Amino acid sequence: MTRQVDALQAKPAPLGRSRFLSTLNLANIPRRGLILLAVLLALLIAAPAFTSDYLLSILILILYFAYTGQAWNVMMGFAGQLSLGHALYVGIGAYMTAALFIHFGTPPWIGLLVSVPIAMAAGAVIGFLAFRFRVAGTYFAILTIAFAEFARIGFDHWDWVGASSGLFLPVATYTQNDLWHLRGRPIMFYYLILAMTVLAFLLCRWLLGSRLGYFWQAVREDEDAARAVGIATFRTKMAAVVISAGLTSFAGMFYAFYYNNLFGEQVFSIGRSIEIILGPLIGGVGTLFGPVLGAFLLTGLAETLTEILGLIGVDLPGAKQVFYGFCLLLVVMVMPEGVWPWVARKLGLETRQ
Amino acid sequence: MSALLSVAGVSKRFRGLLAVGNVSLDVMERDIFAIIGPNGAGKTTLFNTICGVFRPDGGTIAFAGERIDGHPPDEVCRLGIGRTFQLVRPFPGLSVLDNVIIGALLHHRSVEDARARAEEVLRRLDLFNQRHQRAASLTLPDRKRLEVARALATQPRLLLLDEVMAGLRPTEVDRMVAIMTELNRTSGLTIVLIEHVMRAVMALATRVLVLHHGAVIAQGAPAEVVRDPQVIKSYLGAEEL
Ligand SMILES: Nc1ncnc2c1ncn2[C@@H]1O[C@H](COP(=O)(O)OP(=O)(O)OP(=O)(O)O)[C@@H](O)[C@H]1O
Ligand SMILES: [Mg+2]
Repeated sequence: MTRQVDALQAKPAPLGRSRFLSTLNLANIPRRGLILLAVLLALLIAAPAFTSDYLLSILILILYFAYTGQAWNVMMGFAGQLSLGHALYVGIGAYMTAALFIHFGTPPWIGLLVSVPIAMAAGAVIGFLAFRFRVAGTYFAILTIAFAEFARIGFDHWDWVGASSGLFLPVATYTQNDLWHLRGRPIMFYYLILAMTVLAFLLCRWLLGSRLGYFWQAVREDEDAARAVGIATFRTKMAAVVISAGLTSFAGMFYAFYYNNLFGEQVFSIGRSIEIILGPLIGGVGTLFGPVLGAFLLTGLAETLTEILGLIGVDLPGAKQVFYGFCLLLVVMVMPEGVWPWVARKLGLETRQ
Repeated sequence: MSALLSVAGVSKRFRGLLAVGNVSLDVMERDIFAIIGPNGAGKTTLFNTICGVFRPDGGTIAFAGERIDGHPPDEVCRLGIGRTFQLVRPFPGLSVLDNVIIGALLHHRSVEDARARAEEVLRRLDLFNQRHQRAASLTLPDRKRLEVARALATQPRLLLLDEVMAGLRPTEVDRMVAIMTELNRTSGLTIVLIEHVMRAVMALATRVLVLHHGAVIAQGAPAEVVRDPQVIKSYLGAEEL
């Protein structure tokens, strides 16, 4: 009896700063991996100095997908809950920050205080309905699509956000970068999305190694076995959905202020949700580097392809989509775990990084 | 002294089939209680009913004086009942160590503490050297041991073991028996085990219950039970004695 009581009173150990930093401890990444990571980061930081505007816009796109892929991966890769409707959270994040900015001049960083909680609440509603009423697997994925579709139709009819004629942010020719209002030149957006991607990576790394991260993986691997070791699976899955939704909605703010126009019909479309998941699927679901590598491979190659087709004067509508499909097929058949685990083995790095 | 686990008149049906019919049993603190019986007798179903996988169709189950029938499995585990699955269910894609860490995290907030606890349990079950292997890559006997390790890591007061000796070689059975005896002696762990390996049952059990077609046909000290004519007829067969 006393043993039991002891155990139950296990120290509440707050996740303070020192613990956070110690979990980020890079010591357990092999040296080669660290060097590689440092070089990659240095290249990305230096990139704007020697790339054209066009190349910069592609790097921005790549990092955008690396970020959203990472955010999606929390739900599917870590906790095993397949969402095919992540455009919903991007859309909520984009529309809310943009509309507040347009109507009230609210700086986007303040707008986040509204948009992120709304996206998280939307995730919570979906999660609650699904997990409370045991909607799992394919049906869960369909439910996530359904909500994105509701939003697509809803936003397309909502006058406050411009309905079907779109929502536009005021644009001028910027000579200065205003980070607080996110008005400025592409280079500002490049560094913003780079910082977001790095932070998301670190956050996910910390989450995966945390108590919650272990519980997520247990649920992903075998939900019944997870319950048998005392894991409250409902709460665990809810946390995954809500965190993933919140992170994803952050990217919505970026999207809105970078592109300056929003059409519900596009923003919430299934195509957008699929684009988000392609990176991690190809790079490696459930790994930390997978979403990043996948985004580089997929977007990088797709843009190269478009470029080459343009150069030789071939105009093939939908070539990019066909290319995506081809990549996906290839990866599913040749390396179903994604490209990263294979690369990691080749580099002699741990597979579960 | 009142029982740690008290099952009273529990029944569980699957459509027309009465898998467990009006079973009552009391497990005292520090007992090693064996449940035996032929295939399909309802042993696993009884376990699942205790663990909260199934809600009993009738009867009550109490643990440490508290009603637990109908409680969900995670809550039952948090109250102090650990279990293994007959058809082993480790977390296949995770390492052996991570599997056990997950169990240990039930009562440890910090992953480091859980890791220390998990390593201790793995040493105890001779799995320490395999700790970095993926659970899916283990041999069946090792996966069975991993099931035990993961359940133990949750620091249960009562451990339910569903045929963990099946498929083990005699020396491995003896090793497992030694581990169970030690756990029972040193940490006062109460154990209920479903087992076909009579060698293990006779070595471990302080009490034996025989289930047949969902009903209790005998219950008592091991030496008495194996001499019961009805038990011999329906389960053991004369040659095993
Ligand atoms: N989920 C289920 N749905 C329907 N019938 C079930 C279910 N689980 C078990 N049964 C049936 O209930 C009866 C008892 O099964 P149970 O698995 O409890 O037996 P057991 O004593 O554990 O047998 P064994 O020694 O083979 O493991 C069997 O007839 C089985 O087919
Ligand atoms: Mg059974």
